[in-house]
Amino acid sequence: MLDLIEAYLGVPAPLLFGQLLLGLINGAFYAMLSLGLAVIFGLLNIINFTHGAQFMMGAFAAWMLLAMGTNNDAGLGIGYLLMFPLFWLVDAMTLKYQVSRQMRALAFGVVLLLFLPGLMVSLPGIGPLASVIATTLDLPTRIAAVLAWVFPNGLGYWAALPLCALLVGVNGVVLERVFISRLYKLDHLYGLLLTLGLGLIIEGIYRNKFGSSGLPYRIPAELQGAWDLGFMFMPIYRGWVVVAALIFCLATWLIIEKTRLGAYLRAATERAELVQAFGINVPRMITLTYGAGVALAAVAGVLAAPIYSVNPQMGSNLIIVVFAVVVIGGMGSILGSIVTGFGLGIVEGLTKVYYPEASATVIFVIMAIVLLARPAGLFGRA
Amino acid sequence: MALDRRGLLGAAAALPALGGLPFRSARAQGTTVKVGVLNDQSGLYRDISGPTTTACVRQAAQDLGSLGFNVEVVIADHQNKPDVGVNVARQWFDRDGVDIIVDVPTSSVALAVAQVAKEKNKVFIPTTAASADLTGPSCNANTIHWAYDTYMLAKSTGGAMVKAGGDTWFFLTADYAFGHALERDTGNFVKAQGGRVVGAVRTPFPGTTDFSSFLVQAQASRAKVIGLANAGGDTINCVKQAAEFGITRRGVKLAALLMFLNDVHGMGLQTAQGLVCTETFYWDLNDRTRAFTNRVRPHTAGNMPSMGHAGAYSGVLHYLKAAKQMGVAAAKADGAAAVAQMKRMPTDDDCFGAGSIRADGRKLCPAYLFEVKAPGESKAPWDYYKLLQTSAANEAFRPIAEGGCALANG
Repeated sequence: MLDLIEAYLGVPAPLLFGQLLLGLINGAFYAMLSLGLAVIFGLLNIINFTHGAQFMMGAFAAWMLLAMGTNNDAGLGIGYLLMFPLFWLVDAMTLKYQVSRQMRALAFGVVLLLFLPGLMVSLPGIGPLASVIATTLDLPTRIAAVLAWVFPNGLGYWAALPLCALLVGVNGVVLERVFISRLYKLDHLYGLLLTLGLGLIIEGIYRNKFGSSGLPYRIPAELQGAWDLGFMFMPIYRGWVVVAALIFCLATWLIIEKTRLGAYLRAATERAELVQAFGINVPRMITLTYGAGVALAAVAGVLAAPIYSVNPQMGSNLIIVVFAVVVIGGMGSILGSIVTGFGLGIVEGLTKVYYPEASATVIFVIMAIVLLARPAGLFGRA
Repeated sequence: MALDRRGLLGAAAALPALGGLPFRSARAQGTTVKVGVLNDQSGLYRDISGPTTTACVRQAAQDLGSLGFNVEVVIADHQNKPDVGVNVARQWFDRDGVDIIVDVPTSSVALAVAQVAKEKNKVFIPTTAASADLTGPSCNANTIHWAYDTYMLAKSTGGAMVKAGGDTWFFLTADYAFGHALERDTGNFVKAQGGRVVGAVRTPFPGTTDFSSFLVQAQASRAKVIGLANAGGDTINCVKQAAEFGITRRGVKLAALLMFLNDVHGMGLQTAQGLVCTETFYWDLNDRTRAFTNRVRPHTAGNMPSMGHAGAYSGVLHYLKAAKQMGVAAAKADGAAAVAQMKRMPTDDDCFGAGSIRADGRKLCPAYLFEVKAPGESKAPWDYYKLLQTSAANEAFRPIAEGGCALANG
């Protein structure tokens, strides 16, 4: 039987099965990332090109949590990531107590002064105060020191999964509040340009701080080792990635399609004013949706950290392919992005056997064909 | 929406540029030699070239002290794209008065820039480009290839692996000029020593992050050695994933044909231990390399110089010495004459010791085969290598007659 398959397909059957499985694993990443994109596009109408950077931030945050006991830069990174939740808090408080615009600006200024006094040292008026703060308080350094003291061995993989989703997700929320929310009334292109620019800036900051050759992150002890499947050697961790991706995809689909919250969300995309008239806080819902999409990217980043090189450009390598996946699946279609994510992973895996040179291109060829035949994508509604 | 843009921007926008960029305008009297550092400032080769090269070039000018002329360093990012690199090179030579371009990682870019340097009669010193074609079919009288090349890597690392019993090879090759050259040169060595190349797979560059499919193919070929004809993040991903798939544990050896100290740093010793690689410079080789490293380290933002950086230091140092010797005006006027002068003079610096430059533009220096230490053996940060063997300068590189360079006879 196996000989027959081999004769028919031109490659040894075990190799083929192996490639199919590996394709499925890569598909899991495509599905996770394109799912976040589809959620954001479906509900916010924003093409989120920052997604790759947020995937990368997830992986870096995992490294920071692990290394913060020994590496000062890691602790500092967490310190700066914590600045954004504080912005969010200030934002929420000023909203609640209805303070004036000037007061709100002042409050943001204080947060900036506490975290980035170096930026304000040469500013007239605030300069002396800033330099005093920079030398005496220096909040990120203090946070790093406290973290190193509390967690001398850092926080491992299992703590990183929820924490990174939270940290990076809240960063996404602030991004949405400050920048993206201003573009909902404009053409898609503006959102695309803004998020692309933000992504490049984030990538640049990480590259400046952590270099380009990447950081080490190991597979958690519980998931080390591999199963021998006969036709190939299957690392346990990769199996976990597929399972985790399936769980997240299914959960997201269920929430959006089958729950009351999901119904509100879908209704808000169709007729925001009407939903608001029923007493539902639509802007907040949209903000949190963006945060959830970003959190999905961050989780994918944590999942990727042990198997890919954790470096600043890891997201931009993947994101273009993921966009093709979203386009093929149908912009905004949750189910479409999940199915095409896994499917294209397998197609890519097969290409790697038969014509490896084309494995980076094959997805775009499929995209072109799909766009010609079904411009709305395989699962999209025209 | 709630978070007020004007409020936030008002607080942020008023911030002046951070610290003021260090623009040193050395407008002293006299001639200025302009050195252009053209490399990857923002992509995957940033750590093996990037700002650290600039620091090393500035160090070269500083170490020479008073030369009788000024040295100005300009920087550009070629984004690893040949068209961008060629445009920058043309603009530098035509409009900005740049006399010499150094570094230029990514062989496809370096090969293109070498042609521009020849056309404009300027000087080109590639130090992180690997293709041995730079001193072979594509050699010219304006180019000196410093630090390393694919032939030297193939001979040192590949030769050592075959000698240790790894006589069947499968290549994972980055699908561009550099990968092809490295695969070809290593394959020739393997065959010359009685080994066999059982297969190869060309992986798309850039843009491949998952190498497990290729690694499984390599394993299925039953080769004893998997040759990684790639660099930087690609190599790191391959090594990481080979460990994950248990390939190395089952006795298959990985040959990281081009690996830098910075890559080892990125992988961590846990993953990289036991790998064999070749470099022509290591900071902890001897007193002179340590002295150089101590001088330049304060300016590298935590990065450690590796052989490409050291090459840029050594190359610019030698160029400046030659320019002083022959007269700076003559060196600026005729790039080929400056290169000829450099070839006549023996080289000597802290990074590579005493050496020479061959007629085909190959800078000769010893090559060192290193093994990456296990985590327990490493005593200090960046203490990663133990020396296995040294190839003498006259044996490390391709014999001049075999390169096919037109300058070889002249």
